Amino acid sequence: MVSIEVRGASVEFPIFDAKNRSLKKSVLGRAGGRISDQKVPVVEALRDIDLTLGEGARVGLVGHNGAGKSTLLRLLAGIYEPTRGRASIRGRVAPVFDLAVGMDPEISGYENILIRGLFLGMTRREMERRVDEIAEFTELGDYLNMPLRTYSTGMRVRLALGVVTSIDPEILILDEGIGAVDAAFLEKARDRLRDLVGRSGMLVFASHSDEFLVELCDTAIWMDGGVIREQGSLRDVVSHYKGRDVFENLSQETIERLERASVTGG
Amino acid sequence: MAVPALARQDADDPAPLEHAPSPRSWGRAFGDIRKAVDQRELWGHLGWQDIKQRYRRSVIGPLWITISMAVTAAALGGLYSQLFGQPIGTFMPYVTVGFMIWYFISACVLEGTETFIANEGLIRFLPAPLMIYVFRTVWRQILFFAHNVVVYVIVLAIFFRQLDQPYTMVNNNPAAIVHPGLSWWALMAIPAFVLIVVNGLWVTLLFGIISARFRDIPPVVGSFMQLFFTMTPIIWTTDLLTGGAPGSPKAIIEFLAKLNPFYHFIEIFRAPLVGQVQSWTHWAVAGGITVIGWSLALIALRNYRSRVAYWV
Repeated sequence: MVSIEVRGASVEFPIFDAKNRSLKKSVLGRAGGRISDQKVPVVEALRDIDLTLGEGARVGLVGHNGAGKSTLLRLLAGIYEPTRGRASIRGRVAPVFDLAVGMDPEISGYENILIRGLFLGMTRREMERRVDEIAEFTELGDYLNMPLRTYSTGMRVRLALGVVTSIDPEILILDEGIGAVDAAFLEKARDRLRDLVGRSGMLVFASHSDEFLVELCDTAIWMDGGVIREQGSLRDVVSHYKGRDVFENLSQETIERLERASVTGG
Repeated sequence: MAVPALARQDADDPAPLEHAPSPRSWGRAFGDIRKAVDQRELWGHLGWQDIKQRYRRSVIGPLWITISMAVTAAALGGLYSQLFGQPIGTFMPYVTVGFMIWYFISACVLEGTETFIANEGLIRFLPAPLMIYVFRTVWRQILFFAHNVVVYVIVLAIFFRQLDQPYTMVNNNPAAIVHPGLSWWALMAIPAFVLIVVNGLWVTLLFGIISARFRDIPPVVGSFMQLFFTMTPIIWTTDLLTGGAPGSPKAIIEFLAKLNPFYHFIEIFRAPLVGQVQSWTHWAVAGGITVIGWSLALIALRNYRSRVAYWV
């Protein structure tokens, strides 16, 4: 059973500046008896988050920069455990954040595929079976033997999407940034993501792209200043956030495809 | 639009998550260790990767590890055997084995302090048990160590005759300790190494957590390890200290040497491999440190496991 439950969760980052972050201050500061002004400043990135996501949830995450979208995604991925409140995550999580991170620039694309797969809970053998498929999907060909530092951003995005879409995660967490690939690949990735979303138990997706949100999600959360400002159906939330009905601006072609997909998808 | 999965949720259901254990629980701490053990393919691969990475584009690759160990052992063994007037045939193997295990121990301590700092990118972007990084660090040291074992085998082949019989490390001293020479007791080095690895794990875990929070710790530890290297009998031997009258400088230094925890770990591994007198007191001290160290490390894991992602 795939589920995410979050109750009253806050995420607060201690900001240790160079001075605060040393033993000297805590030790000497204590001896001097002035603890109060030694206190580490805290940035409250998320406040009192209550959220329940069940099997089949397809949640889009919208909000301005710095509203807490990425932090919320990391809370849901289990990377940050709440500093207050509780979070319970059941299911195998596959996150794709800032796509360059978590990859070693010095080793080859193949190695990176393998390591990422292992991190996502696959075995080496399972990954070796998938490597050809990923190579084909990413269209990187011989480049997979090159160290990752020779890759362009778009090529890295291809690699990361290739890995994450080749395994079957139960909870898929995507951060914005997959826009760096070219249009043709985007088309291909979109189909594959749709497929994947159909198979995986849950999707949480932060994006500024209306098209992506509309295609992949059915509900949405609007983050603002570290709190959930609104949650509900995608159309309502995104329309309130953007101040206009997003569905009006969609191209005819997109709407047709969506309809087609919802028919074939049952 | 499909039925919003979100809509049928927590409006009337603010039930506290009793089934979600607090971030600070023993269950979570041991769960972290268990999951990391399950993912041994991952850290096993990462550890190998680290070694290959270091010698990328070098022609003889990891063979450099073995060569640099051999050079160190030959140079220092040769030099100090002359300085201390000790027979080279027994002193050289002594120095070689001492260096081998000291490299392992000090690397666990030094790289242990960096274990979470160095993996910052992974910790902040991929959900994985913390112990993955601890295992990765220690596994890498084990692989280094395996490269150095070659040097021991070569030195042993050269000086086997001198080690095969009772010997003393000190010339012209009737009170010198007579060592029994190599025997099947050499196999005691295997459990000794296992015990040292077990200690390397808690050291890496504990120092890694502390260093993630307090960034002064790595350099502090670095300078202390320099000190410990000279204070630990690696290029000198405690045999030189025997026979001092109570209260004499020799006796005091010998007493101080025994307070040094590294001495006992080195001794349980080295004594069997060079055929020296073995003492259970070293095992007792090493065992005691293992228990205390792991207790501290587990408490740190329980209390600060969830904080490391915020600190790095």
